[in-house]
Amino acid sequence: MGEIVSELTRNHIHRLASAGKRVDGRSSDELRPLKIEKNYVKSAEGSARVHLGNTDVLVGIKMDLGEPYPDTPDKGVLTTSAELIPMASPTFESGPPREGAIELARVVDRGIRETQTVDLEKLCIEPGEKVWILFLDIHVLDYDGNLFDACSYGALGAMTDTTVPASRVDGEDFKLEVQHYPVSVTAAKIGNSIFLDPSLDEERIADARLTVAIDENGNITAMQKGLSGSFTLDEVEGVIELSTQKGNEIREMIKG
Amino acid sequence: MESEKPLLDKNKRRIDGRAVDELRPIKIEAGVLKRADGSAYIEWGENKVLAAVYGPREAHPRHVQDPARALVQCRYNMAAFSVSDRKRPGPDRRSVEISKVISEAFSFVVFKEQFPRTSVDVFIEVLQAEAGTRCAGLTAASVALADAGIPMRDLLSSCATGKAEGELILDPGREEDNLGQADMPVAIVPRTEDIVLLQMDGHFTQEEFKKAMGMSINACKSIYDMQKDALRRRYAVTTEEEVEVQEAIDTQIKEG
Repeated sequence: MGEIVSELTRNHIHRLASAGKRVDGRSSDELRPLKIEKNYVKSAEGSARVHLGNTDVLVGIKMDLGEPYPDTPDKGVLTTSAELIPMASPTFESGPPREGAIELARVVDRGIRETQTVDLEKLCIEPGEKVWILFLDIHVLDYDGNLFDACSYGALGAMTDTTVPASRVDGEDFKLEVQHYPVSVTAAKIGNSIFLDPSLDEERIADARLTVAIDENGNITAMQKGLSGSFTLDEVEGVIELSTQKGNEIREMIKG
Repeated sequence: MESEKPLLDKNKRRIDGRAVDELRPIKIEAGVLKRADGSAYIEWGENKVLAAVYGPREAHPRHVQDPARALVQCRYNMAAFSVSDRKRPGPDRRSVEISKVISEAFSFVVFKEQFPRTSVDVFIEVLQAEAGTRCAGLTAASVALADAGIPMRDLLSSCATGKAEGELILDPGREEDNLGQADMPVAIVPRTEDIVLLQMDGHFTQEEFKKAMGMSINACKSIYDMQKDALRRRYAVTTEEEVEVQEAIDTQIKEG
């Protein structure tokens, strides 16, 4: 996802950062406006379009019948993939997913899988034989920074919107039950300042990045540090505290 | 399935209630993405399609560059969740072919000689598909090219005509596309009526072909107006006077 940032922009952001200010006038812990639109795609079993500032992603869920993995015969299968389509940024290219798309899909996947956001046992039809496969596809439409958060909000939003088409196998369609709402918040470190929800320019010049996901009980469910810089323990704790606060507001929007 | 229901009833009303020469509802919006140089969104019946344009920019890989003119390269892609059975992500034979014919159509109208060695990249993403996605995509892409300020002879407009129960039908919908007897997508340069895209499968008599072409061309002209209208809305400048008038009206409404 490498992009060149002009020296002028870089200096400008650094200068502002040292005074605790940001290019777009936000305060350091202010997120960009978030808009979640569910049931955006009718051909999907569940979907959500998320605008986080100018970042625009669409997450769709399709359900299909298949075989379970041999080691989890009584569980449905969750598959997450992300496409960084060339429409979304001048630096994205067509072709098979690269590093950036794979990392994104895996981080989002971990966030929902490890916290048992959905009970995969409820997606089992005949143990060892037939289960539902939940395909979660992330389509990035406009890339203006902080894909991790936008995509994980989209993934959760799409799941709360999903109906399992059980009538295809002589059952009755049922709403996918979402048991947990782990909400991620990403912070970028520029110089000695920490900014939540980095915009594209901030993300490109950031020294370090930290994503923290907190569930509805205030438990930390996932963390991912990125880029070559470092955080002090104080800084990490600060980010966790901010994530908890912000996460509560966002969770309500995702549920709503 | 629902094949019991005839595609046309006694009064020549179609399955979705349209007359034989009636388009599905169309909504076009220009300039919807931030990163792209130009973009457009179209809703055409149940189709939801985004188009983005990048360029003219240096063509990659280098050996594809043309020292005398720009390349016009289109990539038509369907999201995995855009259809009822999940589509495997990435290009398949169908989308490669559609990309090619759309690229060729736009090559006709873009003033390629003005930008040697470059590429004008057109991305079409189908988010939700009903039928007629290539026409919807091409129509949106044309608005996106204008939004990007690419010099062109004219916009392109596109619409298909098909045949069901022996009758010609404009702009076939899903059932008509699946069960109909013919389908002919057409794209034209509206001002000159040059045909720049023409595909067809099924059965037409020569008479029917002529009539179908007339129907498509007529439809293209009304779509052309919608495209121009979308661009006007995007670039309309409101004068201070107009703002004052509007404000006066608003206060009057408020005061009853």
